[in-house]
Amino acid sequence: MDLNRLTHLQALEAESIEILREVAASFERPVMMYSIGKDSSVLLHLARKAFYPSKIPFPLLHVDTTFKFAEMIAFRDKTAEEYGFDLITHTNQDGVRDGINPFDHGSSRYTDIMKTAALRQALTAGQYDAAIGGARRDEEKSRAKERVFSHRNASHAWDPKNQRPELWRTFNTRLNPGESMRVFPISNWTELDVWTYIYSEQIPIVPLYFARPRPVVERSGTLIMVDDERLPLNPGETPREEVVRFRTLGCYPLTGAIRSDAADLPSIIMEMQASRTSEREGRLIDSDSVGSMEKKKQEGYF
Amino acid sequence: MSAVPATANNDLDLWLAQQTEKSLLRFLTCGSVDDGKSTLIGRLLYDSQLILDDQLASLKKESHNRTVGDEGIDFSLLVDGLVAEREQGITIDVAYRFFSTDKRKFIVADTPGHEQYTRNMATGASNAELALVLIDARKGVLTQTRRHSFILSLIGVKHVVLVVNKIDLVDYDQEVFDRIVADYRAFAAPLGFKTLAAVPVSALRGDNILRPSENTPWYDGDALVPYLETVDVAEDRTVQKFRFPVQWVNRPNLDFRGFSGTVASGAVKVGDEVLIASSRKPAVISRIVTMDGDLDRAIAGQAVTLVLDREVDISRGDVLTHPGETPDYSTQVQARIVWMNEEPAYPGRSYLLKIGAQTVPATITDLKFRTNVNTLEQTAATKIDLNEVATVTLATDKPIAFDPYAVNALTGGFILVDRISNATLGAGTIDFGLRRAQNLTYQSFDVNRTVRAQMKGQTPRILWFTGLSGSGKSSVANILEKRLTAEGKHAYILDGDNVRHGLNKDLGFTEAARVENIRRVAEVARLMADAGLIVLVSFISPFEKERRLAREIAGDIDFTEIYVDTPIEVCEARDPKGLYKRARAGEIKNFTGIDSPFEPPTNPELVLHGAEAEPLALADQLHGFLKL
Repeated sequence: MDLNRLTHLQALEAESIEILREVAASFERPVMMYSIGKDSSVLLHLARKAFYPSKIPFPLLHVDTTFKFAEMIAFRDKTAEEYGFDLITHTNQDGVRDGINPFDHGSSRYTDIMKTAALRQALTAGQYDAAIGGARRDEEKSRAKERVFSHRNASHAWDPKNQRPELWRTFNTRLNPGESMRVFPISNWTELDVWTYIYSEQIPIVPLYFARPRPVVERSGTLIMVDDERLPLNPGETPREEVVRFRTLGCYPLTGAIRSDAADLPSIIMEMQASRTSEREGRLIDSDSVGSMEKKKQEGYF
Repeated sequence: MSAVPATANNDLDLWLAQQTEKSLLRFLTCGSVDDGKSTLIGRLLYDSQLILDDQLASLKKESHNRTVGDEGIDFSLLVDGLVAEREQGITIDVAYRFFSTDKRKFIVADTPGHEQYTRNMATGASNAELALVLIDARKGVLTQTRRHSFILSLIGVKHVVLVVNKIDLVDYDQEVFDRIVADYRAFAAPLGFKTLAAVPVSALRGDNILRPSENTPWYDGDALVPYLETVDVAEDRTVQKFRFPVQWVNRPNLDFRGFSGTVASGAVKVGDEVLIASSRKPAVISRIVTMDGDLDRAIAGQAVTLVLDREVDISRGDVLTHPGETPDYSTQVQARIVWMNEEPAYPGRSYLLKIGAQTVPATITDLKFRTNVNTLEQTAATKIDLNEVATVTLATDKPIAFDPYAVNALTGGFILVDRISNATLGAGTIDFGLRRAQNLTYQSFDVNRTVRAQMKGQTPRILWFTGLSGSGKSSVANILEKRLTAEGKHAYILDGDNVRHGLNKDLGFTEAARVENIRRVAEVARLMADAGLIVLVSFISPFEKERRLAREIAGDIDFTEIYVDTPIEVCEARDPKGLYKRARAGEIKNFTGIDSPFEPPTNPELVLHGAEAEPLALADQLHGFLKL
């Protein structure tokens, strides 16, 4: 390798580390969103690098919708213990009390209450002035226009038409009381960058990304894993074992699996390169309407 | 374009190695409205096979009623992400796109063409190494082409590709192409681009995008993508002078103290002597720490933690350099500013300047000239409006370490932030420093009122408000104080509330006590003004004699008497503290206007009519009168 030039992955890593340090240095109460997915795993790895030998100087927040895959929760707790970071979990107790679930209330209302509202509750309760997330600009069109330091008003809403100009790597981190910042250190990474980085840095990820026989049902072309007994089965529907994996992780009733034999990282990367669908396709909540992500973000979704 | 071997892991390792070895090119697209920027990027993504099946399906769904190419797709829909953009069919904000070929990875900033979005274009340009300047072959070089090119040169983009688009609509005419290229070269000659290439394309039809088009046999240059894959934009930042802005002090325990940051330029080795730019104190690098293990050497772009061999006072914002190669360190610079806010920039107003990890209050002390971004003509100006570019002198409250922007963009570019709203108002590039602050530091001088006032950038003065209780003195004084503070001035209000409860709590309301009250307040006002402050005194001060006393105590300090003339009926109707009511009830004795007289000033500097205007308007009137 050229000793005077960084490879593009090294450059992306350094850029993300710089952003994470800027958060730690500029905000009173930062928090890092931990969704347990591969992007979160990369973010966590970058945060450990950014502050080494210090521990990560802010807590990690997981918004638990109560419908996450069981393997995700196990992975979360194991990872927290192994790296010794401060983990905060939050669940919208109003939603739990009202028995909100994706089956009876629909994906959009469920997401709104258990994810978006829950996130707002957790951020307000923690009085966090900066929340770090693992979103990337290549994921979705409105994300492609979002700043690295993305300003939120006192009700956590995004105003896409009035974003602060962001020049060089000189980030405006200043806030008025009640306002907050969402910070996206891996904005400039692509899905392929994330996977190649996981591979070259040997970062642990949830086993759900790897193909294995799993019990699934097929609904309107989407494979849903029967992760526990709460998934209501339609008349005549029986779960069957199929070798599947997930490209993206979320709430199990809302996350589609793909048929795949990719059981290790190299196979995943090869499969991904050959594939012709974008990773968010497996997410049922984005496709509700044109501009639905932008709308969700204006309302405070990550 | 970048195929993956479908075989064993060692092939994958090889492929991954190639992936990580690829270099990264960041470029932006700019040009006039409707030149087809978004279509071009859509085309690049499509031809790079990066549009996935589900995206393609949703695109085709959205493409009806739009101009489409042979593929039946409106490519611009790929990049116009915001709902408002889709509704209006224009690009509002910078969108970042990613694609890669076998040779390179690309990050594309798609920036808006409309004049009101010049700021977004500057934003996109700030992280780009190369720019595609689009021109509609039917229209040629336009005003907006010139403006964008000027901003590119201002932000320091060194490599330009002139993309003459819609060449199909002029029947692939070589003469049209040659004329546009000649026009542009003539205009761009003074802008100092290092490379300037020109390609005739049709983004919609795909001519000269991936490979040379048969429709332009007269064009013998590279097609666009092959050119982007090979153009050499590498600027070896490791050979520049070493700059390490300290971002975060890394202190996990008492045994470890490191300085975390990203090497902005140059390189540093263990054992190197370094200097702290602000204090000029030396130290030696003892370790370069990363989680992957210590390094012997760190180069530009690497994020590391430096450990020094001795205890030195370093905090966030300090810059580490090599001895003999230190950056400028000064409180005054000449800079060019792109203004990005609806509220114009005015000389004398105070902003927060952020450069690297340093944030300091700064004031535009001199607006030298405004550059017409369309003609490059320089004209005199009293303010900088949205999207305008001006050359200014800036004074910072504390010295900053910097390099001229032309030498080092990362240590020479800054943003200006509003002190109240915290909005990003503008961006600037430093031309050069005007005064070396370290020379000043060691000069001996007498500390006096003039020096203190200069430090604050203001003329100390006493503003003496007189008028009945409830006349509006305090409201006006409060508004003025806020306004002065927003302008970066240092002001302080003395009123009954903060003086009577402390300094003068031993004084009652007899005539003697009132005189003593005013005397003490006047003395305090004088001391504060001597310290360099603008002092706002808001006291009823009903007697002419006392006001004269206050003026005498002020001595040679500028003393302005402001009479807030509000009829007693109005004051009594307002009665904000319920005092008139209590005075009428006999609960308060010697109340001015009820059972104690108010002597209207015979010769005040200014009379404000409190019953005829709102306090805000009165404060405006006063502010104008004072010419601060």
